Amino acid sequence: MSLAGLFLITFLVVHLTINILILFDDTRELFNQAAHFMLTNPLIQTFQWVLFAGFIIHIILGFVLQIQNWIARPMRYERKGFSETSYFSKFMIHTGVIVLIFLGLHFANFFFKVKFGPIEMIAYESGVYKDVGALVVALFKDIWYVIFYIISLLLLGFHLQHGFQSAFQSLGLNHKTYTPAIKLIGNIYSVLVTAGYLAIPIVIYFFK
Amino acid sequence: MDLTLRIWRQASAESKGQFVDYQVQNISADASFLEMLDILNESLVMKGEEPVAFDHDCREGICGACSLYINGRPHGPDRGITTCQMHMRNFKDGETIVIEPWRAKPFPVIKDLMVDRTAFDEIIQAGGFITVRTGGTLPDANALPIPRAAAEDAMDAASCIGCGACVAACKNASAMLFVAAKVSQFALLPQGRPEARERVQNMVAKMDELGFGNCTNTYACEAECPKEISVSHIARMNREFFGAKLSAPLKKE
Amino acid sequence: MAKLDAKIPKGPLAEKWNNYKVQQNLVNPANKRKLDIIVVGTGLAGAAAAASLGEMGFNVKIFGIHDSPRRAHSIAAQGGINAAKNYTNDGDSVHRLYNDTIKGGDYRSREANVYRLAEVSNSIIDQCVAQGVPFAREYGGLLDNRSFGGAQVSRTFYARGQTGQQLLLGAYSALSKEINKGSVKMYTRRDMMDLVVVDGRARGVIMRNLVTGALERYFAHAVVIATGGYGNVFFLSTNAMASNGSVAWKTYKKGAFFGNPSFTQIHPTCIPVHGDYQSKLTLMSESLRNDGRIWVPRKKEDAEKIQRGELKPTSIAEEDRDYYLERRYPAFGNLVPRDVASRAAKERCDAGFGVGSTGLAVYLDFADAIKRLGRHVIEARYGNLFQMYEKIVDENPYETPMMIYPAVHYTMGGIWVDYELQTTIPGLFAAGEANFSDHGANRLGASALMQGLADGYFVLPYTLQNYLADQIGVKPLPTDLPEFDKTERDTQELIDRLMSVNGDQTVDHYHRKLGLIMWDYVGMSRNKEGLEKSIGLIKDLRADFWKNVRIPGKADSMNVELEKALRVVDFLEMGELMARDALMREESCGGHFREEYQTAEGEALRNDKDFSFVAVWEYRGADNEPVLHKEPLVFEFTEVKQRSYK
Repeated sequence: MSLAGLFLITFLVVHLTINILILFDDTRELFNQAAHFMLTNPLIQTFQWVLFAGFIIHIILGFVLQIQNWIARPMRYERKGFSETSYFSKFMIHTGVIVLIFLGLHFANFFFKVKFGPIEMIAYESGVYKDVGALVVALFKDIWYVIFYIISLLLLGFHLQHGFQSAFQSLGLNHKTYTPAIKLIGNIYSVLVTAGYLAIPIVIYFFK
Repeated sequence: MDLTLRIWRQASAESKGQFVDYQVQNISADASFLEMLDILNESLVMKGEEPVAFDHDCREGICGACSLYINGRPHGPDRGITTCQMHMRNFKDGETIVIEPWRAKPFPVIKDLMVDRTAFDEIIQAGGFITVRTGGTLPDANALPIPRAAAEDAMDAASCIGCGACVAACKNASAMLFVAAKVSQFALLPQGRPEARERVQNMVAKMDELGFGNCTNTYACEAECPKEISVSHIARMNREFFGAKLSAPLKKE
Repeated sequence: MAKLDAKIPKGPLAEKWNNYKVQQNLVNPANKRKLDIIVVGTGLAGAAAAASLGEMGFNVKIFGIHDSPRRAHSIAAQGGINAAKNYTNDGDSVHRLYNDTIKGGDYRSREANVYRLAEVSNSIIDQCVAQGVPFAREYGGLLDNRSFGGAQVSRTFYARGQTGQQLLLGAYSALSKEINKGSVKMYTRRDMMDLVVVDGRARGVIMRNLVTGALERYFAHAVVIATGGYGNVFFLSTNAMASNGSVAWKTYKKGAFFGNPSFTQIHPTCIPVHGDYQSKLTLMSESLRNDGRIWVPRKKEDAEKIQRGELKPTSIAEEDRDYYLERRYPAFGNLVPRDVASRAAKERCDAGFGVGSTGLAVYLDFADAIKRLGRHVIEARYGNLFQMYEKIVDENPYETPMMIYPAVHYTMGGIWVDYELQTTIPGLFAAGEANFSDHGANRLGASALMQGLADGYFVLPYTLQNYLADQIGVKPLPTDLPEFDKTERDTQELIDRLMSVNGDQTVDHYHRKLGLIMWDYVGMSRNKEGLEKSIGLIKDLRADFWKNVRIPGKADSMNVELEKALRVVDFLEMGELMARDALMREESCGGHFREEYQTAEGEALRNDKDFSFVAVWEYRGADNEPVLHKEPLVFEFTEVKQRSYK
């Protein structure tokens, strides 16, 4: 669970690095170039399966653990827990499920279209690429999609805020000095990654 | 002060329970929570009703018997104490107090607020000991120096009173803090090292078998532990566990 | 009196235990498997005995009243455990520990037993360390020691303020190991109702399953009772709520003699009683007396104003305070033994100088220590105790003096046992606080843990084996023998009688009343008139109980009121025997203070000529008075002195 989670955490950074390229030029050349690289590089294509495996393991384990946890308390409390704990940690399954729904939509709207659907080609000096960027811009002009995207990504941020430090604890890393540092890095990471992802639809919707 | 108590009543393990409301009057702020329940019980007995059954014994916070889930928190609103150490000055006049038993599959209700915590004993029996001969001649106590810091850390873990508040507080009903406290105590001491690998695996396997939930690092256990045992012991247990799983299995005789 | 043979081995004091072990009978491993032992109680003595006997290969069944063996009240001991290791190089030795213990007990204990206790004390520490008990350590990694009352050396091993907890958890882990192996079987939530005696030997027990209410029968070749003390006869004590004297009492009524029932230890530093609803008293560690000064107002008017809440202790001038322990005992001051400190507090309060809303409290003041050492030093030494005090009393002891008052803490008396810890019923053994053996008339601090573990780990494994050596031919008896039938029937009749009273008073009502009688007349100081009066009062209360007690619910299911009632039935009888014993003993010694027998300065006056014996009581039926036997105490190796702390 924690290993798959940490793996996905690194994946999110790579994904964001490519996404954010779309904001740097109006011609989308950089982004389309990067997309082309991701779609054609054999190493990336192979690694893609590892990534899927990471997702599937994380998701399946998440559900299995949650079901076991529900079984472990067949009778609920009348008064809900008031213990002082980190708030988002209590809602990992909820944020996780919404992010999973988002992931499904994301695949349908984007991933499959890019992979298998008809995509217009665009020509630059550097070459001719699929205009994946146009797809992105089109999607982010739909206010409903933007709202859903923003909500999902915020929830992903909360999921990450707990998940980041939690993964280290589960792997047995808890230390007087390092743990506060890990928590800090985790918080910075969640804020930056979430902000980065959120910047794209907002900029596109309002400024492009 | 006058209070309304909303208490879980259940005649036996098999029967269905329900909440019953009781009124208590003129409770002194200096009374302990359990003394307040004693007063309620005396009044019930006088009326010919059965008193509310709850586990309690030493009434000074060390035996680990008392176990009430009060207004959404194990051992009530204060930190670092057990129910028996909590006094009524933590409550307001006219308040409604909801009192529930620990809720977890491995802790079935026996009667009213009393639950069966034998599962904890079973986990200890699975490996929460050092296999030395009981009685007879052993090496001198000072033959094995132990760093003071390690002894202190081990003592922090060993202060667990086995009350089950960690399980009760955990949204997953996980027993990780309880198990980790024992694993960690022995992992920190040289006496415990020779069988550390088997210990952690046996205890964790038993914990899972008994139906406790999983740890999702919510840390409610640490917040509610009357002895304030740190979740860093859970991390140590995780370390021990992975180490044991990853290292080559020892030869079985 | 042949029955009262203490069976002390021959030879010089230091060789007695060795001589015993050399000459005792053994049971071979194949036969051990065929022998059943029942242990009742899961505290230090019970858990240690069961673990050791299981390890040796016997079939052990252990019973406890709680949901887990770890709840036994040994868990609550704070201070530490004594051992004659002499790690601190301050001149300690087995003989010195022996000397301190026998003197602390005011020369009312048996030489040979006390010597053996001191002798095995070192092995206890070795055993506990090997089990992983996290004792306090020095920076070099070796074990740390602290000093305790009644000794001039540092010999107390400790694990913060939770030594009892750690030692019990050590014994509990050893027990768990044996349960895992299958040599010991644990029965939780069982209350022993009676002992089954077949052909004059202890052969089994009747248990009440507290969850189902069912009566159960168990056979064994020998029975060990390790069920603790009976301090709860006083209702308010530092004992746990479930601590009771019923098992000791039931075996007494079955023929085991009771030793020194009136010897009760009153601990001087407990949080005072604060209301009628109070259920128990909380002990504040004796170590507080190292830095705190005990006082009451010098003027009665001031005390009365404080009682009415019109005056604060901090506003009483230095010259208007009476540091009575320092005044009366200049040599030991605030560090006099427990019994002396307790009596002095009572004397001041009885004279009207007590403080608190009830007038039954004295001050324990840390202002001087804080001024001298700084608040941080006091915080490091007693921080957790101060915090506990504040949680309970809601006053900050750094700013205003603590209030303390004596409370019942420990019973030195108990079932009479010989050197082998065997009672007057063959095959019935008693260990730990349940027996009378090692503490005489007063127990020293940090000695209870030592005795419980000594009995369990190092004495019973030898002596029980010696008893069982000629039992190997005895096949396990079926539990449908007439003796089992009758004992279970007697228990059932007692329960039925209780359930059918159906009066209008709660069990606690009677327990509380009994406690007041005991505290007033059989408590810290006693006199002939009061003791005689108390016997009548207890008899009346007992009669009233059987007419008017009310127990709701049913007997054949969990019934917490019935559990309490069964214990109070026994307390109501036991209190009377305690009073009789105190009345008989016309001297003052240790925790037993008879007002008629004191020196001109008000100190305890022992009478070695007439009372150097163990008072051993034999039950002769409900309608007859118990019979007193005397086991003379012979001091061959020890010089008997008058204790003085001036």
